[in-house]
Amino acid sequence: MNFDPRYSGRNFASVGTRPIRPDGVDKVTGRARYGADFNMAGQLVGRVLRSPHAHATIRKIDTSKAEKLNGVKAVITAADLPDLTDGDAALYDILDNCMARKKALYDGHAVAAVAAVDARTARQALKLIEIDYEVLPHVTDVDEAMKHSAPVLDDTIFTEGLEQEPVKPSNVTKRSQYGHGDIHAGFGQADYVVERSFKTEQTHQGYIEPHACVASVSADGTADLWVCTQGHFVYRQHCAQLLGMEASKLRVTSSEIGGGFGGKTHVWAEPVALALSRKAGRPVKLVMTRDEVFRASGPTSATSIDVRIGARKDGTITAAEATLRYSCGPYAGMWAELGAMTAFACYNLANVRTVGYEVLVNRPKTAAYRAPSAPMAAFAVESAVDELAKEIGMDPVEFRIRNAAQEGTRSSYGPVYGPIGIGPTLEAAKNHPHMQAPLGKNQGRGMACGFWFNFGGQTCTDLNIGMDGSVSLAVGTVDVGGSRASLSLVAAEELGIAYEQVKAVVADTSSLGYNDMTDGSRGTFSSSMATISAARNAIKILRERAAQMWDVPVDDVVWENGHAIAKGEKYGNLAALSLREIAAGSGKTGGPIAGHSELVADGAGVSFATHICDIEVDPETGATRVLRYTVLQDAGKAVHPTYVEGQYQGGAAQGIGWALNEEYVYGKDGRLQNPGFLDYRIPVCSDLPMIDTQILEIPNPNHPYGVRGVGETSIVPPLAAIANAVSNAAGVRMTHIPMSPPRILAAIEAERGGRWSK
Amino acid sequence: MRYIRPLSMEDAVGQLAGSPGTAAILAGGSDLLVRMKGGFIEPDLIVDIKAIDGLGEIRETAEGFSIGAAVSCALMGESAALNREWPGVVEAAKLIGSKQVQGRCTIVGNLCNASPAADSVPALVAAGARALIVGPGGRRTVAVEAVPTGPGKTSLAKGEIIEAILLDRRAPRSGDAYLRFIPRTEMDIAVVSAGVNLTLDEHGVVKSARVALGAVAPTVLLVEEAAEALIGRKLDEAALERLGKVCSGACRPIDDKRGTVEFRRKVAGVLARRAATTAYARAGGK
Repeated sequence: MNFDPRYSGRNFASVGTRPIRPDGVDKVTGRARYGADFNMAGQLVGRVLRSPHAHATIRKIDTSKAEKLNGVKAVITAADLPDLTDGDAALYDILDNCMARKKALYDGHAVAAVAAVDARTARQALKLIEIDYEVLPHVTDVDEAMKHSAPVLDDTIFTEGLEQEPVKPSNVTKRSQYGHGDIHAGFGQADYVVERSFKTEQTHQGYIEPHACVASVSADGTADLWVCTQGHFVYRQHCAQLLGMEASKLRVTSSEIGGGFGGKTHVWAEPVALALSRKAGRPVKLVMTRDEVFRASGPTSATSIDVRIGARKDGTITAAEATLRYSCGPYAGMWAELGAMTAFACYNLANVRTVGYEVLVNRPKTAAYRAPSAPMAAFAVESAVDELAKEIGMDPVEFRIRNAAQEGTRSSYGPVYGPIGIGPTLEAAKNHPHMQAPLGKNQGRGMACGFWFNFGGQTCTDLNIGMDGSVSLAVGTVDVGGSRASLSLVAAEELGIAYEQVKAVVADTSSLGYNDMTDGSRGTFSSSMATISAARNAIKILRERAAQMWDVPVDDVVWENGHAIAKGEKYGNLAALSLREIAAGSGKTGGPIAGHSELVADGAGVSFATHICDIEVDPETGATRVLRYTVLQDAGKAVHPTYVEGQYQGGAAQGIGWALNEEYVYGKDGRLQNPGFLDYRIPVCSDLPMIDTQILEIPNPNHPYGVRGVGETSIVPPLAAIANAVSNAAGVRMTHIPMSPPRILAAIEAERGGRWSK
Repeated sequence: MRYIRPLSMEDAVGQLAGSPGTAAILAGGSDLLVRMKGGFIEPDLIVDIKAIDGLGEIRETAEGFSIGAAVSCALMGESAALNREWPGVVEAAKLIGSKQVQGRCTIVGNLCNASPAADSVPALVAAGARALIVGPGGRRTVAVEAVPTGPGKTSLAKGEIIEAILLDRRAPRSGDAYLRFIPRTEMDIAVVSAGVNLTLDEHGVVKSARVALGAVAPTVLLVEEAAEALIGRKLDEAALERLGKVCSGACRPIDDKRGTVEFRRKVAGVLARRAATTAYARAGGK
């Protein structure tokens, strides 16, 4: 394949416009099919039995009574999912998480499942399964889990990454470290040092659509899976490996997706549904309830972070360090490491060091949540940065501008930056009218910056030109944020045709080569690159066909504005051939016209954002109201600006919920107290102001159009921006997220030195 | 499971009283159906009372208002007379759930669900509302605060149905108000709440008062000492401060996922003061 991905600085006809999305009408009329909307003849209802204990050895499971119940077609336990992971520890964790093997490791851990003719029978069958548990001591708090006295979840875990090899097992799976320079020397140069400790509670992505799938295993061992996922190719791979199938024998079709945010990058119910279908010999539909989604899918880490930053009087940061402890649930992860990498990525630092500890706790297995791990690190760092600016007596924006990373800066996690957007977003924030909006009594303003890596990865795309000249685009990255619209714009741009002439679909796993998931803000970045490549391959064929129709050398045919043009004076009389005309004749010139592309999209440009937020705090109740909110972020190039703005607003909205109210509340018994949207408080419409956005376009040199991923960075600054605003409004530094009214009121009371009125 | 839709109170009471298993009354269903779908309960008999004559009506009588057991909270919001005379009761009813839920839910259901955090109950208690109960033994009327006896428990005997909530006609210079604290702006459940109902004399001095607190004890609290803090005085700073202190002190809250003991105590006093200020203004006090 011969594809040049470098930025070319062209002018655009389609890219940058705002047409309506191809999936829009179906979504607003209810016609769109989500995970639970697939049905098959003879399908059974699958239900999962879950541990009520946070930590317990499973001594014995007796399923005989459930199996005898009329209408029950299959009952499975871990014995029906034999260990085929062959030493792959990460895959074994996925298997054990799908169905507990020896121990239940959290409240909600799956221990058995049934398939029955209806939901009522399935529910009754679950009650008939007898499990003999030996309840063990548990630990759910990240700091508690690190103590020597804490119950150890897995006695085969010895902390990796320590200078001295540990002799005793612990809940810390790994220590990681990043940075450069000399921290001690750096702090020695500092006139001011701020040192603070922070905590953030565990949150869930809160996608509206629960996990849902229909699995159908045939007697010949082949299978189909219809599922709501961010990556059907990855689901296929994991399911096939766990069930001992060849990948090509399992076809996975992704449904429309009602939100994922990283939470649908991991299999939970799917291998179970396949195992049930295999045992029952009938299709099985498995839909998680909201309670199950909260207890047993993949929320983000709870964290405990210490930050220390020093600066000279002139506002130059001389040293920065952070220790980050992130909960992983009961299985090893690299969540603290991502926090350690991102924590200081916005700044140009001579001396910086971050250390991350991955900590096991009796909570569900941590999964990605939109720029995973970065928001908590940013909360801690940007709170300390704000305080340091205050101590020095500098404006918080000026202080950040002074220390912002730029092209050529060596990042705190290693690489040297190319052209980046942190400086420009800060300058834009400084000049934004939001900064001049008047603040009233009990109101405060906060701002913060955020960084995310972005990702490219493996991508495979087909572009087929119909005989009527319409174009179908088959992509393998699930559309979670409007990518079908964006990719149609890109195809239209390359081919020089109208957006309406292109129809993009997400193809199933048997119709395209492997695609990585829609994660890492890669959907539009990587698939647009593959779409450009596929379109250029199709144009090559279109030119050949035109050359054939004209009987001229192909090298004399160019493609411009959707037409083949014979170049040179000698062809002056030849009228340009449109794509439609070439397509109409394709049957006689060599058959269907298509462009294919497979590539690894390298060079995803890093992404930066700055957020500004105004908050009012009721000092008597701790209640908060978000008055204004502004997102300024670099998009590289906004392919469909409306959906870029949507990503900016969505990240801010989720961040506002996380900052102010969302949290997993565990009881002393280790059980989740609030597995529902009543007491797990995501913001409702009236909780949010209109979130203003400003798109900056600093082209990514590694993409033909300059595109960068935009989906994740927008959730990185909000925790910090809101914490800074609340702290300014309440007159007390808030160090614990979420800043729920009881926490704010307690902080205000403590600051006043007052006692609670009795 | 058996579902019936009787046309008369007598029939409904008879069916309920004669049912051998567990029975549930269905009006709006905004608690019942949620609990059934959640798998928490599976009643043997469901008695839908919405077809019973008169239960869907708000009636104005010489004595006051009779709000039928099947009257939705949204319908209460549309009654101009009720809004004029009992704005605090109406604002409490209109805070329950969402707009959609308000189109179904009822204040009788809210009362019988017996949640300490029920929104309409503190307002009804402050208003001195009574429940008209029909049962196998005939009719009786009790103060609404006598209905819930603890979380999820009521004093209703087997076969008894609340037919209506009764509210008195207002004396001149009266006002009521209800406030609740929730972390969100809507779609939430009270962490603390306060209902205040006042009647003033011609000089703006509080002649009578009732103060009720929600979500700070196993049942809604009628705080008589709080009323005493207001009676005989204008609503000055000192009276408000005393009211707040008394209300904070009267709480018997717990620490739970929705709030801490300290938070509830403190905010109970704050909400009582604020609700009293609104009620006072509605009564024409200056």
